[in-house]
Amino acid sequence: MIEQPTMVKICGILEESPGVKTFFFKLNLNFEPGQFVMVWIPLLDEKPFTVSYIQDDLLGISVLKKGGFTNALHSKKIGDTLGIRGPYGRGFSLKSDFNSCVVGGGIGMASLATLVDRLNLAVEEHLGNVTIIQGARTAAEIVYQNRFRDMKLCTEDGTAGIKGTTVDLLRDLLEKQRFRKVYACGPERMLYKVVELCKGRGIECEVSLERYIKCGFGVCGQCDCSGQRVCIDGPVFNREELSRMEDFGKIIITKTGERIIH
Amino acid sequence: MSKINLSVNLCGIQLTNPTILASGILGTTKALLKRVAENGAGAVTIKSISVEPREGHKNPTVITFEAGMLNAVGYSNPGVDAAAREFTNLQDVGVPVIASVIGTQKEDFVRVVEGLSVQKFSAIEIPLSCPHTPGFGLLAGQGTPQATFDITSAVRKTTKLPVFVKLSPNIPEICTIAKAAEDAGADAITAVNSMGPGMIINIEAQKPILSFKVGGVTGDALRPIAVRCVYDLYKAVKIPIIGVGGISTGRHAIEMMMAGASAIGIGTGVYFRGIDVFVKVCEEIRLWMQENGFGTIKSIVGAAHD
Ligand SMILES: Cc1cc2nc3c(=O)[nH]c(=O)nc-3n(C[C@H](O)[C@H](O)[C@H](O)COP(=O)(O)OP(=O)(O)OC[C@H]3O[C@@H](n4cnc5c(N)ncnc54)[C@H](O)[C@@H]3O)c2cc1C
Ligand SMILES: Cc1cc2nc3c(=O)[nH]c(=O)nc-3n(C[C@H](O)[C@H](O)[C@H](O)COP(=O)(O)O)c2cc1C
Repeated sequence: MIEQPTMVKICGILEESPGVKTFFFKLNLNFEPGQFVMVWIPLLDEKPFTVSYIQDDLLGISVLKKGGFTNALHSKKIGDTLGIRGPYGRGFSLKSDFNSCVVGGGIGMASLATLVDRLNLAVEEHLGNVTIIQGARTAAEIVYQNRFRDMKLCTEDGTAGIKGTTVDLLRDLLEKQRFRKVYACGPERMLYKVVELCKGRGIECEVSLERYIKCGFGVCGQCDCSGQRVCIDGPVFNREELSRMEDFGKIIITKTGERIIH
Repeated sequence: MSKINLSVNLCGIQLTNPTILASGILGTTKALLKRVAENGAGAVTIKSISVEPREGHKNPTVITFEAGMLNAVGYSNPGVDAAAREFTNLQDVGVPVIASVIGTQKEDFVRVVEGLSVQKFSAIEIPLSCPHTPGFGLLAGQGTPQATFDITSAVRKTTKLPVFVKLSPNIPEICTIAKAAEDAGADAITAVNSMGPGMIINIEAQKPILSFKVGGVTGDALRPIAVRCVYDLYKAVKIPIIGVGGISTGRHAIEMMMAGASAIGIGTGVYFRGIDVFVKVCEEIRLWMQENGFGTIKSIVGAAHD
C-alpha cells in the first residue's frame, strides 16, 4: 500500500466515449478488483477512482467528466503527472468457478472492468461463465465496447441494445438463465433494485457503493453508510451486509457530513 | 489472582473502561458512534459541531506518515441544527456520548450547546486548540488564558453537564490556561489536541501534500509531548485530565494514566490498529494490571509522580 501520493507520469490516454477518458501510467500496485486509489492533482484536490486496467505494471483509471476535478483530469496530456496513493478498501470476493453476471450502470462499469478480466481468465479455463450487462443513457456513452465483446446493452433512449434499464435486462435474464453470483456497480437506485432481485431469487450478490471520500483509510467518518465506512469496510458489500445497512439506497452524506435523503 | 476492574468515574459519568473515542475520528454519525462503542470504547466523542454547516478544507485533508498522521480537515460538520437531528436517542449508542462544540466567538459556543441540549449528551467538550482552521482555536486566539476563561464561563452558565476544555500542546504555559479553565468552572481538561501545525512535502511534486499545506500532527510523534503535558497538568489543576495523543496500545494508555490522566482518548490509533483498537487496548491494560498487581485504574492514575 502506498501511504502518501506517489507521482506517476501519464504514458497513454484512451478516449473510451465522449465523456470518459482512460489515463495509463506505470506503478507497482497490489490492486484487487473493487478497490480504489486516491488521485491527487497538487493544489487542486484529491478524489477516489478505481483502477480499470491492469496490465502488469501498467495501470489505467477511467474518468467520467463531471465537475471541476474530473475536468482538470481530462485536460491532462501524456507526460503530465498525477499523485496516486492506495489501493484502499475491500474489493469483490471472486467466485470464478461458476456462472456469474456483472451489471454496470454508467461509469460504474470502470469498477467492474478488472473483475471481468479476472472472471474471463476462469472462463478460458472452462470453469464458469460470465455475462456482462451495461446500461447507459445513450449509445455514445457505452464504454469498453472493443474490450468486452459480448456485452448485453441497454440505453434509456434505445440507441444501443434494448430500450430500458439494466434492472429490466437482469430481470429478463434471470427468467432464462441461472447465475450463482451477481456483481454490480452504478447509481445506488439501480444497485438497490439489483440487490432486491437477487434477494428474491437467493442469488449471491456484491455491489460497490459510492460515498464522498476524504481520508480513504477509515478515520474521518465522512463516508459512513449505517456504521460501515465505505472507504475501508467497503466499497464492496454483499447482500447480507446491505440488508443490515438501512441507509443503503436511501441516505447519503453531504460534504459537510449531513445525512440527507438520496 | 486479584480481580481487575477497568471502570472509571469521570466527573460523575460512569465508564466501563478508560478509553474514549477522540473528537474528529469517526464521530460523524450516530451509527458510527455505536459501532465504536461495540468495539469497546468506554465513551465516545462526536466530531466538533459549529453553528453553521462547514465543508472544511479540500482534499488531501488527512495523510499518514511513519510516526503518525497529519490532518487539516477544517472542521467539516453539518452545523448544529443537523447535528441535533442526527444525534437522537443517544442511549442506543450504549456508552456515554460527549458533544464537541466549536465556535468563532463565545456566543457561538453557547448557541451550539443550547442547540444540542435537546439530546442526551453526557458532557460538553470545547476544543480551544485547533492549529489549522482559520477562525477557530489557536488561529482565533482562543488559546490564551483570558479567552479560555471567557469561553469556558459562557459555556458553564449554559449547561449543567460536565464541561471538558481541550487544550493545545503547543502552548508552553498550558498549565496557566488549564487553571483559567478550572477557575471558570471546567470539570475536566482534555489534553491534548493535535500539535504543530506540521507540513509534509511531496518532493517530486515539489508541493505540500495537504491542500491547506499545514496540518495538526497526531499519533506516535505526539505521544511524548502529550504525556509531558498531562504530567505537568496533573500537578497544576485539581480537576481530572483526559489524556489524548498517540495512544494505540495498553502500555501507552497506562503511561498516560501514570502521568496523571483519569481516562484516555484514542484517535489516530484507529488507523494504526483498526476500529477495534479500544478492545485491544483494554485487554492489554487488563493483562498488564494483572501481571503487575494493580486492581483498579485509580491506583495507576498519577503513579509516575514523586
Ligand atoms: C470508491 C469510488 C470509486 C470511484 N471510481 C470512479 C472511477 O473509476 N471513474 C470515475 O469517473 N469516477 C469514479 N468515482 C467517482 C469520482 O470520484 C467522482 O466522479 C469525482 O470525485 C467527481 O469530482 P469532480 O470534482 O469532477 O465533480 P464534483 O462536481 O465535485 O462532484 C460530482 C459528484 O461526484 C461525487 N464526488 C465528488 N467528490 C467526491 C469524493 N471526494 N469522493 C466521492 N465522490 C465524490 C459526488 O457525488 C458529487 O456529487 C468513484 C467514487 C468512489 C467513491
Ligand atoms: C483526522 C482528525 C480529525 C480531528 N478532528 C478533530 C475535531 O474535529 N475536534 C477536536 O477537538 N479534535 C480533533 N482532532 C484531534 C483529536 O481529537 C486528538 O486530540 C488528536 O488526534 C490526538 O490524539 P491521537 O494521537 O490519538 O490521534 C482530530 C484528529 C484527527 C487525526
